[in-house]
Amino acid sequence: MKSLLSLFFAAWLAVAPALAQEVSPDALVRQVTEDVLTVVRQDKDIQGGSTRKAIELVDAKVLPYFNFQRMTALAMGRDWNKATPEQKKRLSEEFKTLLVRTYANSLTSYRNQTVVYKPTRIQPDDPHVVVKTEIVQPGSKPVQLDYTLEKQGDSWKVYDVIVAGVSLVTNYRDTFNNEVRNNGIDGLIPMLANRNRQLEAGTRK
Amino acid sequence: MFAVNEALDVVIKPVAQGYDAAAPLPLKVAISNFFGNIWDSWTAVNNLLQGKPGDAVSDVGRVLINSTIGIGGAFDVAGEMGLTKHSEDFGQTLGKWGVGDGPYFYWPIIGPRTTRDTFGWMVDVYVDPVWHVYHTDDMALRNSMVAVHYINLRASLLPADKVVEEAAFDKYDYIRDAYLQHRRSEIFDGALPHEVLDDER
Repeated sequence: MKSLLSLFFAAWLAVAPALAQEVSPDALVRQVTEDVLTVVRQDKDIQGGSTRKAIELVDAKVLPYFNFQRMTALAMGRDWNKATPEQKKRLSEEFKTLLVRTYANSLTSYRNQTVVYKPTRIQPDDPHVVVKTEIVQPGSKPVQLDYTLEKQGDSWKVYDVIVAGVSLVTNYRDTFNNEVRNNGIDGLIPMLANRNRQLEAGTRK
Repeated sequence: MFAVNEALDVVIKPVAQGYDAAAPLPLKVAISNFFGNIWDSWTAVNNLLQGKPGDAVSDVGRVLINSTIGIGGAFDVAGEMGLTKHSEDFGQTLGKWGVGDGPYFYWPIIGPRTTRDTFGWMVDVYVDPVWHVYHTDDMALRNSMVAVHYINLRASLLPADKVVEEAAFDKYDYIRDAYLQHRRSEIFDGALPHEVLDDER
């Protein structure tokens, strides 16, 4: 009986850490990428350029792993601190809509590329990590696609996506800073909102 | 100048779209490989100039293998064998040597370039093997090579069109900022540290 108990105990010791361990950032990126590509490979509408269907896919599979508040902060740089909590919420909402669309549009251009996951160096105490992948396509140089993630509690969230060295987030820095300089935070919110409305109207057609 | 290019693209884009739709994928890949192979020799020189002899040797190996086994560069056999393709040009070499960006321009046809990269581009064109390999009196052949080269190049950019079109508030600004980020990353061969959030905001 005693030996049986100790056997259970040993088994529990072996299993428990695996259960408690959170998903590592590189495993997360790989899992989400593969989930998304599995759908895209089978969806003729998305391959045919349906932004609407691609947005639905991103909403369902990618959104939970992105931290849009952090993305908005990174895009705005120093201006972020000038916003009130209410403004921050609205800015993040609008920027999220725009980024989801950008991400979705890039999915519609998928043509049989494969993704290579590069080894990720994770420092135990560093809450930030860059996961590097490569989009391989015949006839051209592979395109680097990197994700910057941040640890929040037990889970990792993406807060920057960098395509061929171009951050989809910080590429807006100058535009946003200019708008805030000229018209303040209260100018930036409608600028984002109008753009989203305009694009949404275009999609419905 | 930006407007000039947007107007030119009204003509060039449909040609590229037609090419993209009509040419089967293996043909497009072979054409890209063919021009890529010619460029690889110039990449090798630039890697040498940037103090990366290992990469330069690998690039020379690529040209030798692809020009022979790869049937004149149509197949990237060397890539399959593990010799990674690099992408270097003289602008990057100047950047590596510490030459700053200088003012940014949007040129007709050739598009966005910093002053440094404009100068680099002129050197690139001067040595561009496409002009020399077809060192021939047959101007028609050479000109059609150049035309195919650029139409193929434009076709490869088609998927990015809609992304940029919808992501940008101002297309000119968006392309400028992306170009500057992209070149900075290329000069450092992608090893530039990404910006992280510095404080808890």
